[in-house]
Parts: sequence; structure tokens; C-alpha cells
Amino acid sequence: MGKLSLASQTATWNRRSFLRQTGLGIGPAAALTMLSAEASSSKLNEGVVSPLHHSPRVKRVLHLCMAGGPSHLETFDEKPTLRDQHGKPMPESMTKGQQVAQLQGKPLNCFAPQFDFASFGESGQRICSLFPQIGSIADDLCIIRSMHTDQINHDPAHTLFNTGSSQAGRPSMGSWMLYGLGQECDDLPGYVVLTSVGKGGQAQPIAARQWSSGFLPSRFQGVQFQSQGAPVLYLNRPAGVSAEQQRRLVDTVNQLNRGFDDAVDDPEIATRIQQYEMAFRMQTSVPELTSLEGVSKQTMEAYGTEGADGTFASNCLLARRLLERGVRFVQVYHRAWDHHGNIKKSMEVTAREVDRATAALIRDLKQSGLYEDTLIVWGGEFGRTPMAQGTGRDHHIKGFSLVLSGGAVQGGTSYGSTDDLGYAAVEQPVHVRDFHATLLHLLGIDHRRFAYRFQGLDQRLTGVEEARVLQEIMA
Amino acid sequence: MIRKLVLACPLLLGSQALADQPIEFNRDVRPILSNRCFACHGPDEGSRAAGLRLDDRQAATSLDGGAIVAGRSEKSELIRRIESHDELEVMPPQEHGEPLSQAEIELLRRWIDQGAEYQRHWAFTKLLRPQVPRMGARVPGTGMSGPRSAIDAFIRKKLADEGIVPTEAADVRTLVRRLAFDLTGLPPDPKQVEDYAARPSQRAYADFVEHLLKSPHFGERMAMYWLDLVRYADSLGYHGDQPRSVSPYRDYVIKAFNENKPFDQFTTEQLAGDLLPDATLWQRVASTYNRLNRASGEGGVQPKEYLAKYSADRVRTTGAVWLGTTIGCAECHDHKFDPFTAEDFYHFAAFFADIKEQGIVKSAVHIEKLPVPTPEQTQRLDALTRALEATEKEFQADTPELVAARVEWERELRSDSERWTWLQPTSVESQNGATLGVLDDHSVLASGPNPETDGYLVRGQFLEGDASPLSVDGLIVLRIELLPDKSLPRSGPGRASNGNLVLHAVEMSIDERRVTWQSARASHSQVHHAPEYVINGHKHGWAILPRAGQPSQLVLVGRLSPRDAAPGEGPLDGTSFEIRLRQSHGSGHNLGRFRLAVSNEAETGLVSGNVPDHVWSLVKLSEEERDGSQNQQINEAFRNATPLLQGVRDELARLRKQKKELQASIVTTLATTATDPRTIRVLPRGDWMDDSGDVMVPAFPGFLPQANRDSSQRLTRLDLAHWLTSRDNPLVARTFVNRLWMLMFGSGLARNVDDLGSQGEPPTHPELLDWLAMEFIDSGWDVKHMLRLIVSSETYRQSSRAPETLVSVDPYNRLYARQSRWRLEAEMVRDNALAVSGLLHRQIGGVSAKPYQPAGYWSQLNFPRRSYEHDRGPSQFRRGLYTHWQRTFLHPSLLAFDAPPREECTAQRSRSNTPLQSLVLLNDPTFVEAARSLASAAMGVQTSAFRERLHWVMQRALMREPRADEIPLFEALYNKGLEHYRASPEDIEKLLSIGATPLPDGAASAELAAWTSVARAILNLHESITRY
Repeated sequence: MGKLSLASQTATWNRRSFLRQTGLGIGPAAALTMLSAEASSSKLNEGVVSPLHHSPRVKRVLHLCMAGGPSHLETFDEKPTLRDQHGKPMPESMTKGQQVAQLQGKPLNCFAPQFDFASFGESGQRICSLFPQIGSIADDLCIIRSMHTDQINHDPAHTLFNTGSSQAGRPSMGSWMLYGLGQECDDLPGYVVLTSVGKGGQAQPIAARQWSSGFLPSRFQGVQFQSQGAPVLYLNRPAGVSAEQQRRLVDTVNQLNRGFDDAVDDPEIATRIQQYEMAFRMQTSVPELTSLEGVSKQTMEAYGTEGADGTFASNCLLARRLLERGVRFVQVYHRAWDHHGNIKKSMEVTAREVDRATAALIRDLKQSGLYEDTLIVWGGEFGRTPMAQGTGRDHHIKGFSLVLSGGAVQGGTSYGSTDDLGYAAVEQPVHVRDFHATLLHLLGIDHRRFAYRFQGLDQRLTGVEEARVLQEIMA
Repeated sequence: MIRKLVLACPLLLGSQALADQPIEFNRDVRPILSNRCFACHGPDEGSRAAGLRLDDRQAATSLDGGAIVAGRSEKSELIRRIESHDELEVMPPQEHGEPLSQAEIELLRRWIDQGAEYQRHWAFTKLLRPQVPRMGARVPGTGMSGPRSAIDAFIRKKLADEGIVPTEAADVRTLVRRLAFDLTGLPPDPKQVEDYAARPSQRAYADFVEHLLKSPHFGERMAMYWLDLVRYADSLGYHGDQPRSVSPYRDYVIKAFNENKPFDQFTTEQLAGDLLPDATLWQRVASTYNRLNRASGEGGVQPKEYLAKYSADRVRTTGAVWLGTTIGCAECHDHKFDPFTAEDFYHFAAFFADIKEQGIVKSAVHIEKLPVPTPEQTQRLDALTRALEATEKEFQADTPELVAARVEWERELRSDSERWTWLQPTSVESQNGATLGVLDDHSVLASGPNPETDGYLVRGQFLEGDASPLSVDGLIVLRIELLPDKSLPRSGPGRASNGNLVLHAVEMSIDERRVTWQSARASHSQVHHAPEYVINGHKHGWAILPRAGQPSQLVLVGRLSPRDAAPGEGPLDGTSFEIRLRQSHGSGHNLGRFRLAVSNEAETGLVSGNVPDHVWSLVKLSEEERDGSQNQQINEAFRNATPLLQGVRDELARLRKQKKELQASIVTTLATTATDPRTIRVLPRGDWMDDSGDVMVPAFPGFLPQANRDSSQRLTRLDLAHWLTSRDNPLVARTFVNRLWMLMFGSGLARNVDDLGSQGEPPTHPELLDWLAMEFIDSGWDVKHMLRLIVSSETYRQSSRAPETLVSVDPYNRLYARQSRWRLEAEMVRDNALAVSGLLHRQIGGVSAKPYQPAGYWSQLNFPRRSYEHDRGPSQFRRGLYTHWQRTFLHPSLLAFDAPPREECTAQRSRSNTPLQSLVLLNDPTFVEAARSLASAAMGVQTSAFRERLHWVMQRALMREPRADEIPLFEALYNKGLEHYRASPEDIEKLLSIGATPLPDGAASAELAAWTSVARAILNLHESITRY
């Protein structure tokens, strides 16, 4: 619709020039489109949804992304019936005509859950015993057990989860969030991605598309912190250049640019100067942040890390520091959840890598108060089949679990369910786009009114199909 | 809220600005209807509400179910509903957004009152050449002469109507720099700037334009844009994002633009080059276009689903590239805004159904790879082929000497075969768990687990009736034949992954009496793995590389141990044997298939070493008994064995190897091969699993002009190309010239260069756009002609700096009373730094290059994991457009400057201004090395004065002199730098050794380091990366 971008434009825009513009024989609706296309020059720290559509419950988002597709049957969805049916064929009425990935043309037999579940917290939430630490914060978790998605292969499924579409070229939810709300901090990117591999499975390839800004201006894209070399690409000044020299260089460039602006009158130059300042600040702030210097041994232990070693645990610690410093959207990937074979062993390893750090991070956020207005999301791009693939499970899209936490959602509750075999979401099914609508809602944005004109369409994170805000799960 | 306020304004203004001009449907009304109503009351029948259709006048004004009474807004249901305050009645319904503004309602009311006239959407109307406006000889108020070109006439006419005065021409330096970037993507040579600045005439300008259009860099610049459209990339794009080779296609595009290939031909070759009669190599290369889509190699991919994805991708892309429309939106339902139906989509898809392709590209192994040799490679290949033919002939030739040798060879073979007795194993055991089996030909084949090392134990009996294996004096000869087998790696004969094996010892006993080996020989031995090593305990053992996949033989001669032998007692009767084969090399270098034979004649040769089994029996036939083919087989075996032809055989092997290596070094592309078309069905809601839809044959979108054709023949991609570039197609020429305009002015005449449909913004200058489109067609689709026209116009040559008043009246430069200015494209940012510093390697075309890239940037890639090795040598300094385009992890310096990953068609890049860009320019070694190189060149200027040097550098980098206020800033930077490097000499070496270009001996100095700082500052300037 272009409406939102218009809102941002008018702040810096001369009303009189608009009148002149429309007087020039360009239709009013056309003028609107035109404004939307120009949104890229609006101010860095301002979001286009201003004021917000309603009062927000959440100011920042932490996405613990379990790439590869964790089995819901060995995490959050207890299925005793599946155990009873172990080795027996899945009812054909369920599986007929449904998509499978690597099980194409193979027999579809039930595969018992590999671990017991236990009750945790006052709420008595049932969680797999592999996750005692996550269990210990069960009263802070809202478990959605009825997720479903459309894409059965990793790459498109991830893209759908992050951007609302399996087609490439759409903005990720973090980019939408920055576009809508603007950025809070001025020495760090507003959207940061951290990744780690694990020891319990093959590492999922993760395309930069997953944090791309798509058709939105690229300043809204996520910045991936590298685990090797400089944490942000090209952050380190060249060898043989002192900090003082680099500072002088940036100052000189800025002064020269200012002088040139006087000569050519180019508003882009002012932005360029700001960006050099920001870049320079990042050269100091980012290394300080990522070194984990000053973090106590006790804290390290709580997360289960020994320092900035690029593991999921140390990334969780880093995520906390990013959130504290005003980063709006932090995504922490764990890339080893694709358990086609030997799921028992793989789950043990992977749960160990994830359980403790996840719980420590949520506890930490609670302690610092950030918990109240942070939405924490834990989950993968899809779940895994109740059917055996040898000793593992294949990709599964009809039902899986997603866990939310934070002050805005009702802790100690669960929402929706799958059938007795854990095959399909049956009660209160939640599509990925419903999750997106809920996410935006919590941020103070009505997903239907939050669009960007691209290729003639008002593109939304939630796409063209109806999406539902999950009012029931909100605190 | 704000929107309402703003939109209310034209209404207030209405009486003056709007009321005096008639409503124009396409300009004024269609955008409102399209944006607010068509989603439910438009072309898509599936989602049409209340049976009401507003995109079609007949339906909209129908007495039966229409909503408009032409001429009577007060009687029109449409007006009543959009004005309604009843929340159940108001249109659009609340959940579809806010109500229409007063201004919009007023506009619709006046349109209906004026007769509710519809127009066909502008982009779908037939192309006609509009009249060029006549203008007076002088432009009012400027003293400038009247328009010299049609472009200026259209632009100036509108400006005159608005009472706006065009901006004067840009200064010479700016203009030349602009022109060079626009037409070649590179900065101009400072010399050219000086020459032109010295005598800036109309003629000199025209000459400069010609010079640039003739430059080979012109093709590169145009390719940069074209490759975005067709989503050219060097990797698959999905999941593992494995590499693929398609760079010849890029070469084709560059060449096509450089040769000014007419656009219709360019179109045909890409869509259907493979179908052209007697298609040339480059026409087939062009057809790579059809295979540039993303593809997946992910395990678990369902081929049918991905074939549907690829098919939709092609429709989307081809629609966007040539038709400038979003036909891709009709994949799941009829288009909501334009008259494309879902059937149109699948008809269109059917054109591409004949492309031979895989749904899943397993292990990144592609089908239909077309080798594209360079002229030198073709020449070498021809020469090798000729040499091979000649040598083959020599190999087959008969000489009296050979005839005689063959007779002798056959005789020997016959007697040799009589001398050998095959050992028939009765039991075979592997020490470490391999499975050993005995085949019908008495050979032993290993399978199952392949242990690191192994020992085989073969036991058996000598058969009664066989000649005694032992000679009178206890001599025994053992032959081990190694045989190839398809079940083995590289067909064996060994079990190692390269087909090799290493044999360390052979222990044989007969009737429990041990044989002591005395000599060993082999038909072939690997270097450093002599046959003797089997009998003398040398740790290297015997091995056979490179003869993988071929038979070899080892012959051991020995005697029974003296204490057991009873000399003088006559022949010994061996009855049972036991043979141990020890293989201790490791990593599975074990025997795969072998056969054992014994003889009692020490001189038994290796004559049969390379002779296949069947030839052994064939030579036993007499001449008369053999047929032609049998004779031929014997002849072949003889020629492969005789020492007389050893030289020729070696020569053949050498030539074959050379040819193979040459062939492997030839770059390939994924050209299109046509096959039987797949069945294309309408997929309801785009669901690939739903086979209920109708089968679609190739056809053009129904609402566009159709081609005359023979309806009995299935249409092909050739027909599609011809239809696209026929004079009747209203979209293709408009789409392309609109984009050329964007390349020269920063935005299209129709702003949305990716959507000329009803949701796109209508053109600001529709007549000019149509005039350009017709000119394009009439010129024979001449791209250079169009660019020449555009850049020669005064409109193009205006300054991009405009007075405040003009900026406030026309902030987005919709009227072209000035030029636009923009940050250079990602590739040009790189090219500029390399060019001004003298590092640029100007090779045109070739495989992709890998510039420096931060370590670990590819760590997210898997299947397989990859590490990035940057190029060494000149290809490190190639232009940005040659950068290896890894879709999921595009080179970060390009990505930072908005280069698209090319997963989908990109018709217009965004242009952002971010801190990451600053970090690239400040710290990417490419830019630091360029600064050093520029500084080195400055040091070469014969002067000691700082200012003279600075002057030279500024001319070189920015084509201008430093301004007075800049000099002290540079000077301070230099002096402080000098101070630092004199105080910290260790930093000099560190800074100056960044990058691949070696620093000449003795060149390192504090001065050079300080100048490098100055050069870095210049390369970081906004001006350096901006086209003004």
C-alpha cells in the first residue's frame, strides 16, 4: 500500500512539494507508490510504523533457531501411543498422498520415542527428560505443539520460516522488524545472526538469504557475526594502521565529504558521514562485545562455555550482551538437528549442547529485566516423522513444536496438539504465518497493515493468505 | 492519518489543478481501482466477490450486476458504497484497509460523471509512434537553443507546460566521468578527460560517445545489468549451493552487446538458440539462459516438486525479463490485477517443457554439459585428433616384419598356454574379514568389507591328469594374474579407491613343503614397486598404477626347499598346495580379483601378459577355423602385446592422455537440449501434488496479440522468441527501452521497471516511452543506437545539481529538468578503485574470478564443506562482474553495495548507504592494496612537492584538481602519517605488504606509507563511488 513508507516520508518531506507533484499530472495513487519506492532514504533510526498500530508487548526478539528440524517427539511432544505402535505400519489413512522426503518409496513404520518425558515445574509441563535445564524453566515456557508448514526440504522450509515465503528474495522477519520499528542502538547493527555447528549431526548449510532484507533496502539486513577472524566482516583495520590513524582517516574523509557536499548539494553525503561514524564506533564496540571479557567464571559455567569459542553456549552468552546493548533481533543458530539416522545418540549430544545454555540465557534475561519485553522463540523449520528412517526420523511438516517465552506470553502453558501418533496438528493448528502475525502483533504491528510495495504487490511478511494472531497465548 | 491529510490536499487544490484537465482513466482512475478494488472485483474469477468486476467497462456498467451508471455518479452503487459509513456496507471492507480518501472518492465521482470511460491499460495497447512535439527555436528563459533531439522535445514540452526551466549542461569533467561509467562501468582515462576538456565541442562529445560504445568494456557494463535480469550465478542456489559452470554464457552476453547483436536475435538465441537450424556453438551457449534457474541437490528432494519449481521460476523470470510484467503471480490463481489467467501461466510454462533437466542435481553432477573451447583449444584439439588418427593408422599398418612376428607370437602363445596349469582353489580365506569367492574361470574375487590390510590364504588340490607342477629338479613357476572387475573401484584389479593394490609377499607350499622364490618378474610394475620386492621382503611391495582397470601379471620362479627335496628320486608328485598372499600397505590396498597358475618351465614368459582370456583360446584355432572378427581380436591382442609396436603404443597413450587432459580443461556450460516435452498441467493453487488440472500446450497469453501460426503444430521456444520480438508485441520494446532509460537516468520513465502492469506506476512521459520503443523496433532492435540517442540528448547532459526551487518542486526528478545522481553499482565501486590505481586486469570474458574474501565466510556452506581460495596472479584484479557468484553467500564486498544474490530476476537494485559499505572501503584488502598502488604511482611523479603529487593523484582518481579547502586536510593527513611511520617503521612493512602485488625492493618507505593513507582517503570519498 505504501502507506507506511509515506508516514515516514512526510516527516522529512515538504508538504508543498507533494502538492506540486500531484499538480503535475501524476495521479495521487501513483504518487503514493512513488513515495514507497523512495523509502530508502528515510532516517536510519526511525521505523516506518510510527506511531505503532497498538501498544507493543515486546521490544526485541531472540530466535534460537534449531536448524535441521528437531524432532518434536524427542523434545516437547510426548506420544505414548507411538511407543505402543513401534514397528507397526503407520495408518495409511494418515500418510496416503502426503509428502515425504527421504522416505520416498520406503515402508512407513512407527518409530517409538527414544526417551522418556517428565513433568516439570509447578505447571507440570511434559518435556523430554533430555532437557532437564529447559525443564527447570518450564513455568516460563509456552509450548506450541501444533505447528505446521508447507515445505519439506531444509532450504525452502527455512526460507519460509524466516521470510514467510519459500521463494527467494523476500525480507526476513528481522529485516521487517527493523524496517517497521527502526534501530535502537547506534554502535551495533540492529539485527545480528550468530551460528554454531554441533557434534550430533551434519551441519545444515544456512544461506545468507535467511537474514537477507530481500526487496527492502539492504541496511535492514541481518549482520552475521563470524566465528573466525573479525566478528563483523571487514571490521578490523588494516595491518600497519593504528587506531589513531584510522580515526584520523575517517575524520579526514568526513571533512572532505562535507566540503564536497557544499559544492554539490547531495543529501546522501550526510548519511555517508553518519555511516562512517557508525562504522568507526563498531570497530570499538564489537570486539569489546564479542571478547566476553569481564564475564565471570560463574556465568560461563551457567551457560556451559569456557569462553568465546563459537559454540551455541557461548553464542547464547553473546546474544544476551547484544540484547542488553539494544540489538532488536538476535538469531542464534544451532545447525546440527537433521537427525536422519541414529537419532538416539544424536539427540543426546545435541540436547547437551543446547539445554543448559538455553535455560541460562532465559534465566539471565529474567534477572536483568529484559525478559519482560523480549520474545524468545525456540524451534526449527519443521519437525520429524513419527515413522522410522532406519534408526532416525525424516523431515516432517504436518506437525511439530515451537516454544515461546518472555513476559508477553503465558508461561507454563501449552497450545494446540498433534494426533496420538504425533503426525499431524489437529487441535488449534498454527501455520508459520500465524506465528509471524503473532510476532508482529506483539511488536505493536498489525500484520495486515504492514506492507511494502514490490513488483506491483503489497508484500507482507504473512503473505496473501489469512493469518491468525494467537491471542490465546498472550499473557 | 497523515495519508489522509496529504491526499486531501489535491482535493483542496482540485478546483485549480485537477478540474481543468479531464480525468484520464489510466493515469488517474486505474491506480485506485487496481490498488483498492481489483483484488476482489478484478480479473481473477476465483476470488471475485458478488460477481462484480470493475476492470472491464462492460461488466462494471452492466445493468445486471454492474456498479457504475456512466454519467451518473449519484446513481452508481460504487460511489454509494465507498462513501458509506455503515461498516457492513462500506467498500473496501474494513479488513482490507482504510476507506478511500475524499480525494479518491471525488476523483471517481468526476470520472463517472464524465462518462466512466475506460482505457486499455497503457502497456498493453498497440505501439504507435507518437508525434514529436514541435518546439520553438529557443527554450524560454534560458537562452539555450531548442531541442535537437526527439527526446529533448518530449521532455522540454512537458517542462514548458509546467513552467520549469531545464538545468544547464554539466561541467565537462562531470559529464565525461558520468558517460564513461554509464557506458563502460569504468572511469575515463584522465587523458581523454583532458583532451575533451581542452576542446569540448559537439563533435568531440559525439566522438567520445562512439569511442565508449566501441570499447570492449561496453559489453561488460551491459552484461552487468543483463546478468541481474537473467539471474546468472556460478552456484545452484538451494541448500548445499554447489558450484556449476556457466561462464561461457556470460561471455556470450558480453560479446552480444559488444557486437551490437540486434535485440530480437539476442532474444531468440537465448530462449531457443539450440532450436535454430544449424545452430552455432555460441547460439547453443546462449540457450544456457534456460538453465540459469536455481536448482537443488538436497537429499530428499522430490524431483516432481522441484521440476514444478524450476518451471515456475522460468515463467516468472522470462515474464519479468521480456514482458516486464508479473505473470509469475498467476501460478496459483488468475492474476489479481492484470489479465493473465492461471491457464496463461501454464501455457507459458509449456514452452519450456522440452528442456532436458533433472529435478535433483545429485552430487552437483549436471547433465547436458556443452564444452566451449577457446579458439586455441579448438586448434590444439584438432591437431591432437589428427595426430591420433595418424598414429592409429600406423598402429594398424602391416609390415612384413609384423606379419612374421605375429606368426611367432601366436605360436608362443599356444605353447605358453599349454605350459600353464590353472590352480583351482578349494578354499579361500581372508585374514581380516573380506569375502572371497571363486568364479567359474578359477579367479578369486574379493567383496564385502575391505580391511586396511589383509592376507589371503588359498588352498587346493592339483587335479589328476594335470601335468605335474614340479620339474624333476623341484623347479616351480607361479603366475598371479590380476584381473579387472566392474565391482571393484575403478574396475580394479585392486580394492583401493584408485584400483591399486600392493602385494608384499607370496608364501607357497606344496604338500606342506615350502617353496623358496628365486626370481620375480611382472608384465608391469609401478615406479618404486618392483616385482622383486615380493620375494625379498622390501617394504614397498609390488603395485600396478597407473594400470588400473587392466590386467597385469606377476610371475615367480622358485624351488622346493632343499631339505625336503629328494634329488635324484625323479619327478615329485605334488597333490595339494597352499598359497598365502600378504598385503600390508594399508588403506585397503588389497587384491580385488586374481587367478593363479603354475608351470614347471622356468622360461615360461609373460607373453600372454596382456592377452585377454578369449584370445588364448582363439589362437588355438587354425587359420581356416577363425572368422573375420576372431582374426581381428587376435590381431588387436597381438598389436597390444608386441614389442615391435611399443613405441607406437606409447605415442598413442601419450596423445590420448593429452587429448583427455585438454578436453577436461575446456570450460563447459549448461546449454539447452530439447527432448520430448514433459506434460504440463494447471496446478490448482500451485500445488504440484495435484494432478487434476488440465493439460496445457504452449500458447501465448490470451489477451495479448497472437501470432499467425499453423495451429496444428505444437509451438516451440522459437515461436515464443518470435512472438516476443514481433512488431505487435506491445510489451517487449517498452520494457527494454524503459530499462535503458533507467540505466542512463537512474529510474525508468515508468518507475517500476519490473512491472509495467496495472500495479506499476504509469510512465511520466508515455509518448516518449512509446516513441523510444518504436524507434528501437524500427532501428532493427539496435541497442547502441538507442543509447547513442539517449546520451546525446541535452536532457542527459544536464547537470545533476539543481537549484533548491527545482528540488522542492520535483524532489524525485520525475520531469528530468536535471540529471540524477547515484552511488555506483557494486561492481563499479570495485572496478573504479582497481582502474584508478592501475591494478585492473582488463581481460574480457573467461571463467569467474575469486578476489580476496574474509576467511571463514563460507563456513555455513556444506555438502561438501568448502574453503575459499582467492585467485593469485592477474585474475585477482578482474572486474567485479567476473566475481564468482555464490548465490547463498555472495562475495561480501559486492553484497554490501547491494549486488543481488541472483536467486530471482532483479530489474532494479536497491541503493543503500550503510556502515558495512564504509567498512569495506576502509578495510577490505582490495581497497588497501589499490590505495598502495595508487600511492606508488604518485611516488613515481617527478617532483618533491606534496601539492604537485596530490594534484596528480586527484586528476587520476577523480579527474579534477583538489579544491583549496581540501589541500590542507590531505596535507595534515599525510604529515601525521609520515610522523607515525617514521616513528613506527615496523608498520610500514605491514601496511605495504597487504595484497598480492609484490612491493619492489627498496620501495617501502614512510613516504609511500603516508601516501597510501592519502590514497585510502580518496578512495573512501563519497565522490569516488558516486556518479554525478
